[in-house]
Amino acid sequence: MAEPLIRVEQLSKDYRMGSTVVPALQGVDLVIAAGEFVAVMGPSGSGKSTFMNLLGCLDHPSAGRYWLGGEEVSQLDGDALAQVRNRRLGFVFQHFNLLARTSALDNVGLPLLYSHATNEERLRLAAQRLAQVGLADRMDHHPAQLSGGQQQRVAIARALVNNPQLVLADEPTGALDSRTSVEIMALMQQLNREGITIVLVTHEHDVASFAGRIINFRDGRVIQDHANEAADAAAMLKS
Amino acid sequence: MNFAATLRIALLALRVNKMRSALTMLGIIIGVAAVIVMIAVGNGAQARVEEQIRSLGSNIIMVLNGSTTSSGARGGSGSQPTISEDDGYALNREIAEIQAAAPSLRGSGQVVAGNANWSTTLYGTTPEYLAVREWAVVEGRGFEQAEMNGAAKVALIGQTVATSLFGDSSPVDQVVRVNKVPLTVIGVLDRKGQNMMGQDQDDILLMPISTARKRVLGANRFSAGRSVGSIMVKVRDGVNMDEAEQQMRALLRQRHRLQPGQDDDFYVRNLSEILEAQEASSKVMTLLLAAVASVSLLVGGIGIMNIMLVSVTERTREIGLRMAVGARGRDILMQFLVEAVTLSLIGGAIGILLGAGGAYAVAELAGWRTELSTASIVLAAGFAGAVGVFFGYYPARKASRLLPIEALRYE
Repeated sequence: MAEPLIRVEQLSKDYRMGSTVVPALQGVDLVIAAGEFVAVMGPSGSGKSTFMNLLGCLDHPSAGRYWLGGEEVSQLDGDALAQVRNRRLGFVFQHFNLLARTSALDNVGLPLLYSHATNEERLRLAAQRLAQVGLADRMDHHPAQLSGGQQQRVAIARALVNNPQLVLADEPTGALDSRTSVEIMALMQQLNREGITIVLVTHEHDVASFAGRIINFRDGRVIQDHANEAADAAAMLKS
Repeated sequence: MNFAATLRIALLALRVNKMRSALTMLGIIIGVAAVIVMIAVGNGAQARVEEQIRSLGSNIIMVLNGSTTSSGARGGSGSQPTISEDDGYALNREIAEIQAAAPSLRGSGQVVAGNANWSTTLYGTTPEYLAVREWAVVEGRGFEQAEMNGAAKVALIGQTVATSLFGDSSPVDQVVRVNKVPLTVIGVLDRKGQNMMGQDQDDILLMPISTARKRVLGANRFSAGRSVGSIMVKVRDGVNMDEAEQQMRALLRQRHRLQPGQDDDFYVRNLSEILEAQEASSKVMTLLLAAVASVSLLVGGIGIMNIMLVSVTERTREIGLRMAVGARGRDILMQFLVEAVTLSLIGGAIGILLGAGGAYAVAELAGWRTELSTASIVLAAGFAGAVGVFFGYYPARKASRLLPIEALRYE
C-alpha cells in the first residue's frame, strides 16, 4: 500500500492550566488515505478540536509523531509549519473567518499573498475557485453583502485556492440553517469526488452522515472508527 | 510575500478605519508641522543675523573716543575727542594685519535737491570706508584722493537718500545742498538694508572727511582740529582678531603717549564678535525650538503605538486567519510595521505641507522672517518614518507572536 496521506502515531497533547496538566489527546494512532472524506465526532472536551489543530499544523503535539504525505511534520518549526499550511492545507471554519470590507475575490486569494504567486496568478486562481463554488457573479461583493451559505462558499474557495492535499473543516455548518448546511455538504461531497481529501469536525450526526468514514473521540482517545454509507446531499436537495 | 502586497494590505486596513487613521495621523501631522515651522523661524532669525554680519562687513573693529579724566572727574565714554584722523592713517600704515582703517566724522543734516529734501546721517570719511564696509558703488564712482586733499564738494549717497530725493531718475552729477553747502553726487551706494538695531543703513550720505570738517559739519568739538568720531577697521582675513586688537591698542597707546598703568583713552569694540555671539545664540534658539517641537512628534508616535496596539487586539482573529493560511510571524510583523510607517509617513507628508504653509503664515502675519530649509523637511520626514518604525515595532511584534490557534479562537 502506498504511503497514506495522514499517519499519526501515539499523538498526544497536554494543556497546562495553572499547575494542573490537562491531557487533551492521549496517544492517538490513525491513518487516513488520500481521497477519504472523514468526519471526526465527539462531545465537547473529547479532544476532537485538539486533534484537528494538530492535523492542521496549527499546534505542536506534546508527544507522538505525525506524517503528512510521507513527511514528518511534527518536528518542524513555526515558519516551516506556516509553509505546510500555505502549500498543502486548506481550512474551513465555523464562523467563516472572512476579512470584512474585503471583496470575495481578495478573500479567496488571501493564501496566495503568502506564497510566491504573482498578483495576476492570485486573481486568476481566486476567480477560478470562486466559479467552482458557484459564486462567479459575486466576486466584488464584501462578506456583509453575502448570505451565510455564500460566505461559507467563499471560505471553501479560499481553502481550495492553493490546491491543497487536505481540507480541514471545523464545524463548517455550525453557523448555518439546515438547508444551507446540506448545500454546503453537497459542495464538500462534490469536491471529495473530484479527489480532495476532507477531514471534518462536527458534533451533528446529520452532518457526519455525509462522510464516508466516522471517527468518534471521547476523553482524548479514539473510541470508534468505522466506515459509513454516505448519504447523497445533492440528491437530498432535489427531493 | 512581496512588498507591494504588504503595502496594499496596510493601505486597505487603514482605509477601513478612516476616522481612526486620520486622528492617529493628526499627532504626527502636528509634530512634523511644528518641527518645520520652528526650524523655519529659527533659521530665519539666523539668516537675519548672518545678513547683518555681511552688511556690516566681516572682521570689523571699531575704535571710539574714550573717557578722559580731568581734575579727578572722569567723563563718560566719548565725552572728549581723543582719537584723530591721523590715528586712522597710522593704523592703516603701521599694522600689517589691518586691511583698511577709515576714520570718520558723523553728523546729521538736511539734504536738499531741487524742491525735495530729506534729513539723513552725514559721514565725513575716507575712501577706505567703502573697503571696510565691503560696500560697492553701483552707479557713478567713489572718492578720489585729490578730492580728499582738496575738500572737494562731492558726495556718495545711499539708496534711501537717492530714492527720496531723486525718485527713479539718476542722482549722479546732480547737486544736493547739505547744510546749505552744494555737493555734487558722484555715486550711489549698493543697498545694505537694516542693521541689527533696525536702522536703515541706506539712509546715508558720505563725503570726504576734509569736506565734512571744513565745510559741512562746521566747528563742533569733534570736528575741531583733527579729531574724529570713530575709526572703523577691517582686519585681514585669516588674522587672529584678538591679536590685531592688541596691536591696535598698543599703537594707539603709544600715539596718545599713555603711561603704563594709565587707562586707555579710547575704546576698541570688536563688532563681528558681538554678531557672532548673536548668531550662536540664534543657533541655540533654533535647536531649542526644534527640540520642543520634537516632543510633540514623540507624543504623536505614542499615539500611533496606542492605536496599533488597539488594532492588533481588535484584529486578533484576522491575524489568526492569516497565520492559518500560511502567514509567518515576520509577514505579520511586516504588515503591522508597514501600517504604522504608512500612517506616520502620510502624516509626515501632510505635516510638511502644513508646516510650509505655517512658516509662510508666520512670515505674513507676524512679520517674522522664516526660512524653510530642505534639511528640516528631510529631517522631519525621516524622523516621522523613524517614529513609525520605533512605535510600530512593539505592537507589530506583539501581533507576530500570537499563536495561530489562540488567535483564531479569540472572541
